[in-house]
Amino acid sequence: MSVRIASEPFDPYDELRAAETALGERRRRVGAAATFVGSMRDFNEGEAVESMWLEHYPGMTERHLEGLVAAARARWQLDHALIVHRVGEVRPGDPIVLVAVWSAHRAHAFESCRHLMEELKSTAPFWKKEQAASGARWVANNTPGSSAEFEPR
Amino acid sequence: MSIKVRFFASLAETVGRREAECAHAEGLTVGEVWARVTGEPALPEGVLCAVNHAYSTADHALGEDDEVAYFPPVTGG
Repeated sequence: MSVRIASEPFDPYDELRAAETALGERRRRVGAAATFVGSMRDFNEGEAVESMWLEHYPGMTERHLEGLVAAARARWQLDHALIVHRVGEVRPGDPIVLVAVWSAHRAHAFESCRHLMEELKSTAPFWKKEQAASGARWVANNTPGSSAEFEPR
Repeated sequence: MSIKVRFFASLAETVGRREAECAHAEGLTVGEVWARVTGEPALPEGVLCAVNHAYSTADHALGEDDEVAYFPPVTGG
């Protein structure tokens, strides 16, 4: 299974270990694995955030993510791909998303992992509601995916 | 036959419900169903739509037993 919606906390490193084990003999041709783990921050828009509620559209969200994986497999040489995404109540430090890909070549692994994550961010039906000191608020937009769009430190 | 209408996240709060039924909706577009169910004249800018779990446009015509959904910009990941 390459897509999983998790309603309880998950350990991304346990997920990776299980996926590697499941690869079995196919591991022999995998030369590169690229992974992205996104976790909840305890701040947003200059304010402390205590917790977050993640909503999704059961049925559409899974179907959409499976479509993203299928499109990535058509574009890059991938032996396996895995997306795990949390829903429900999330607390600071909790993993929210895992995107992992396995390929014979690092270019395919790096590029497809980044692409899958950015497509997920901009198109997958998930919505975040933050619980901050000033009250609950829906997150209006995601932050940019390019470091060039942030001010240098 | 009626179709099932669903609202998500901040849009469900704005509309005041998460689900609705729309009777005699066959042939209506996604935008027309929005107007009939919410009483608003047109689909607000930025509202996203899906039909049967796939993204759709406001001018898509609905068929029997379709499920149409409206939701705000996505913020996952």
